[in-house]
Amino acid sequence: MKANTPSERLFNGIIKENPTFVLMLGMCPTLAITTSASNGIGMGLTTMVILAASNLMISLLRNFIPDKVRMPAYIVVVASFVTVVQLLLQGFIPSLYDALGIYIPLIVVNCIILGRAEAYASKNKPIASLFDGIGMGLGFTLSITCIGAVRELIGAGQLFGHQIIPVADAAAGTAGYEPVTIFILAPGAFFVLAFLSAFQNKFRLGAAKKGIDPSNPDCGGSCASCGNTMCKGKRG
Amino acid sequence: MKELALIIVGSALVNNVVLSQFLGLCPFLGVSKSIETAAGMGGAVIFVITLSSLVTGLIYNYVLVPLDLTYLQTIVFILIIAALVQFVEMFLKKAMPSLYKALGVYLPLITTNCAVLGVAIINVQKEYSVLQGTVNGFATAAGFTIAIVLMAGIREKIAYNDIPKAFQGFPIVLLTAGLMAIAFFGFSGLI
Repeated sequence: MKANTPSERLFNGIIKENPTFVLMLGMCPTLAITTSASNGIGMGLTTMVILAASNLMISLLRNFIPDKVRMPAYIVVVASFVTVVQLLLQGFIPSLYDALGIYIPLIVVNCIILGRAEAYASKNKPIASLFDGIGMGLGFTLSITCIGAVRELIGAGQLFGHQIIPVADAAAGTAGYEPVTIFILAPGAFFVLAFLSAFQNKFRLGAAKKGIDPSNPDCGGSCASCGNTMCKGKRG
Repeated sequence: MKELALIIVGSALVNNVVLSQFLGLCPFLGVSKSIETAAGMGGAVIFVITLSSLVTGLIYNYVLVPLDLTYLQTIVFILIIAALVQFVEMFLKKAMPSLYKALGVYLPLITTNCAVLGVAIINVQKEYSVLQGTVNGFATAAGFTIAIVLMAGIREKIAYNDIPKAFQGFPIVLLTAGLMAIAFFGFSGLI
């Protein structure tokens, strides 16, 4: 596939550089709101809209923003879009607004968005950047929906709020699935992600490692890396 | 007084910022290899979050609310935090070089720590006064420090263990964090 075409960008975001499973970015919302698959979709699509819009805007402004103040400028652009989306959600989808809570304003500090602004949108044309944002957003949506589905299925026997596995009822004496509630609670998030990244390490062992090494959380394995680009940007 | 004590216990232990709210995970996973650096990071976070919740509280209550601009809170808070971190860094460098030496390297990393913005937003959502908000900020940061120092202690120990290859690095740290989160559930009876 030719580089920087819309379809290549989408493929890149969803599969090749999937932000959650490959780049390991944006861990806070990934763990916090994946208590159910529908929350995952809601958070993913919200992030995707903001990511695509801010990528487009930053790409349009890339020749006007002075290099030294680019990080604060990016943050203002992202924060503006987050505020717009937050108000829209509050007005039109109040149920999602309540479910996601403080994690909507916290999209501002989501490493995926600043990471893509710095790594892609600031160097490429608007259309390619827009599709890069959509691709990355879809990749993020897909992965956190999967994590949400796993947690919901194990923790409550449900999928998208529908009862998939009949739950045991001791009072009525019916046999069935005993939900492992811990998976919907905070520790479950850590466990699911631990196993996912262990699987990923397993598949990568022996293979030539390209780019970011997920087994090393100190360099690029987490948001620490975008913290680093931040301070580089600040120091100019 | 009783109310402030409840806020402290609630934010530091019961609703621990890392283990039950998932804020500030990045430094929690990234800077927790040795107790010394973890404590340094914790100190810097306590300093910045306490200061930033004081400043954001003041600006929210005395600038944004009277001018009816509360919908701008996300933009205003993130800019305040970024500016504040820069300012604190410059101030410490000039005025307290010894403290700067201890905390300096961690300061730039804190701007992207979602806990800082998270605390500012939680203070607004819970309608805390400036004093309550500052106390909540301090307690949240203290909770972060407790969690990251404990994690560093555990990681120093498990470094000598025979961990399956696939679980080395990131996965074992996450598993440890999960077990710690279960342990912290024990505090939920306190309030």
